Amino acid sequence: MSDTLSADDLLLIRGERCLFANLSFTLVSGELMLLEGRNGSGKTSLLKTLAGILEPEAGEVRWNGEATRHQRQVFFGATAWLGHRIGFKRDLTAIENLRFEASLRPVRTRDIEEALERLGVLRLKKLPLRSLSAGQQRRVALARMLLAAAPLWLLDEPFTNLDRDGRALVVELIAEHVENGGMCIVAAHQDVEIDTPTQRIQLQ
Amino acid sequence: MSTILTTMPGLATGMLAMIRRDLLLACKRPGDILNPLFFFVMVCTLFPLAIGPSVEEMRYSAPGVLWVAALLAMLLSLNSLFLTDFEDGSLEQMLVSPQPLVILALGKTAAHWLTNGLPLVVLSPVAAIAFQLPGSTVWVLVHTLLLGTLCLSLLGAVGAALTVGLHRGTALLSLLILPIAMPVLIFGARTVSLAAAGDDYATGLYALAAYAFAAVSLAPFATAAALRISSE
Repeated sequence: MSDTLSADDLLLIRGERCLFANLSFTLVSGELMLLEGRNGSGKTSLLKTLAGILEPEAGEVRWNGEATRHQRQVFFGATAWLGHRIGFKRDLTAIENLRFEASLRPVRTRDIEEALERLGVLRLKKLPLRSLSAGQQRRVALARMLLAAAPLWLLDEPFTNLDRDGRALVVELIAEHVENGGMCIVAAHQDVEIDTPTQRIQLQ
Repeated sequence: MSTILTTMPGLATGMLAMIRRDLLLACKRPGDILNPLFFFVMVCTLFPLAIGPSVEEMRYSAPGVLWVAALLAMLLSLNSLFLTDFEDGSLEQMLVSPQPLVILALGKTAAHWLTNGLPLVVLSPVAAIAFQLPGSTVWVLVHTLLLGTLCLSLLGAVGAALTVGLHRGTALLSLLILPIAMPVLIFGARTVSLAAAGDDYATGLYALAAYAFAAVSLAPFATAAALRISSE
């Protein structure tokens, strides 16, 4: 099944500043989109607008042709979000956090350990996230993406705090996801070069 | 996609998962629960000492003091309700969760009541002993606190959701919550006073129950809307 995410004439104003206006695009399954721009150019805000966390001043985000705000459950079920904060409880272990996540959404596998294994943090599964390094916490947060059965990945600075292997792994996971018919929007300062149709949005 | 799409978990599953997670968190950080409880116990043991040994006076002031102490203890715990979720990004995840935000907010509120409201209710007979309240009155006190703390958790969640994005929102939270919490305090304390005087107190309990029902059915929606506004 092919999915479509489209933006129609999005306008977002934060404070006094217009971050973007008349922003339109269409993204279909198997495509990657990169949001580029310097610090403070509105990459995160655009990603949040697409995710429905921020309400655009004008315009509409559509999932398979219908406005996402009219079908939140369906759209959120199809979306996995990784913000620049990890979105997990630091007092709980990786397993406890992911088990909670898995009971809220459709998942592609019941096997939490498999996701942790893939990200190389399986041996840390019984430790509270608080005692993990920032990079290791990031890896646990990324395990959420593997667990969720979501065709659309929204990644805000997924490379933060990761070592070279970790960054390569993220690129690999994105490539795999897109290859399997998923779609992915990444806001990052690092280029993601993979063999797939890639759209770029340059924010001023 | 080539993978198997398992089905969407039901609403009850989502809410229970939220309650379970917050209870687990509370177990790992018992200090957060014990602080307000400690405050409640301190107030309830210091007041009789300050009032003096007259049983008459102590019984007269007991309902008011116990209820104000309970209200303030609840307020103390409310500030942190959504704060850690805001800081670690869990709130963001709640906003984009396939589960309705109302259900998740209700789950969080329920967990808050179980970890803060219920312990107060359980401790209140012990505090009442310090005031030498008769057994029948203690029983009424427990009932009013049971309904009252439920109201306060639900109403407080709305205030906590509204102030979560603000730094040092504690004072504002109190200002927002106290006006709508006033009826709870008045009915709660008055009902216990009436019971202590041997009068008919049923009306007060009914009023509190009505308030609790209204809060259960309306407050989670307000909390969810407030959470969305605060995250903008």
